[in-house]
Amino acid sequence: MSFTNLVGIFLAAILTENYILVKFFGICPFLGVSKKLNTALGMSAAVTFVMVLATAVTWPIYTYLLVPNELDYLQTIVFILVIAGLVQLVEIVMKKYMPPLYNALGIYLPLITTNCAVLGVTMLVLDKGASDASFGYVASLVNAFGAGIGFLVAMIMFAGVRERLENCDIPKSLQGLPITLVAAALVACSFLGFSGIVDKLLV
Amino acid sequence: MAEKKPLIKEFTKGIVKENPVLCLVLGTCPTLAVTTGVSSALGMGVAATVVLVCSNAVISALRKVIPGKVRIPAYITIIAAFVTIVQMLVKAYAPSLNDALGVYLPLIVVNCIILGRAEMFASKNKVLPSVLDGLGMGIGFTAALFLMGSIREILGAGTWLGLNIPIISSNPILIFILPPGGFFVFGMLIAIANKLNNKTVQPEEVGCAGCPMSDKCSKVKGEECAE
Repeated sequence: MSFTNLVGIFLAAILTENYILVKFFGICPFLGVSKKLNTALGMSAAVTFVMVLATAVTWPIYTYLLVPNELDYLQTIVFILVIAGLVQLVEIVMKKYMPPLYNALGIYLPLITTNCAVLGVTMLVLDKGASDASFGYVASLVNAFGAGIGFLVAMIMFAGVRERLENCDIPKSLQGLPITLVAAALVACSFLGFSGIVDKLLV
Repeated sequence: MAEKKPLIKEFTKGIVKENPVLCLVLGTCPTLAVTTGVSSALGMGVAATVVLVCSNAVISALRKVIPGKVRIPAYITIIAAFVTIVQMLVKAYAPSLNDALGVYLPLIVVNCIILGRAEMFASKNKVLPSVLDGLGMGIGFTAALFLMGSIREILGAGTWLGLNIPIISSNPILIFILPPGGFFVFGMLIAIANKLNNKTVQPEEVGCAGCPMSDKCSKVKGEECAE
């Protein structure tokens, strides 16, 4: 797999396959934590970190442990437990050795266990690997990193939109969540414009 | 007889008053993702209902056995086991549904509705009310998905369960099937539900009430998550 291909995978994960706005993974943190810019940043940094780490661990487990032993039907249960354990481990290690990083990301980590974006990315890269043999470990990691960055981009863009929304005069029934979703629809529209833009790099 | 009325209430509350999708705003990811068509929306709803009923029953039966400290991992394991069973059944008997739902089928594991009901209801109640609660919530979830799937499929593709709808089918509004349409329809449905419930909306009302991590979460978002 050439470098151009990896760049293509990275860009596709951010723009055309954006995990929030195109694939609808991780809508809960997207709606819940995007109100302020700094919490949005912390959350997405933690998600990116866990996504890459989870993919780095689950990919070998699936490929070298589950598939040879014909246990691939246990994928769901193994992955969710691995991710939950991993998040717990990262939290403990961070608390002990990297207090500044823990203070910045730590509070978001427990929330990520039940975030479908993380479980989603670990499963989707395996699906891609199944249909295209050249989509190996490195490509999976690049894809996971791109997905995290895409998450970050969407969160930051949307935090900006929501700060503007605060000052608007919104009809009563639409206040709160409904207007947020309508705003999300418009942001998602802008990402539709990217469709097809990266396809040439992938071939 | 005295017991019967509350039992029915456990069942009906999930369908209208505490509809998990439109009122509690839980399980938003699958709601937006699989409602591009009626059949995949119904499939998702039924699959989630089966998992919800089974996991509620088992968790409620084991509620005195599972130690409090490890209850969340225990719940997740039980739920994941049922999701795997449902996944294998769907693969064997409805392969086309399996293709339509794709990765969202295993992702039922992290659906907040299921973990939320386990934590908020099944861990505190007997088996029968828990099963009814799960069934009611599941039907409420399915109904909301069915409604959204119908709106999006009729407007976006001009069909309903594969049947052509006159007038629209020649000129479907494609954007309703695309991701922005999902956000838009969902926003509008919640607005209508708010209007019908006539409730004064708090500015921040994302589905945190059922989130098992709400104690940690409250650190992040102040008091917004304290139900």
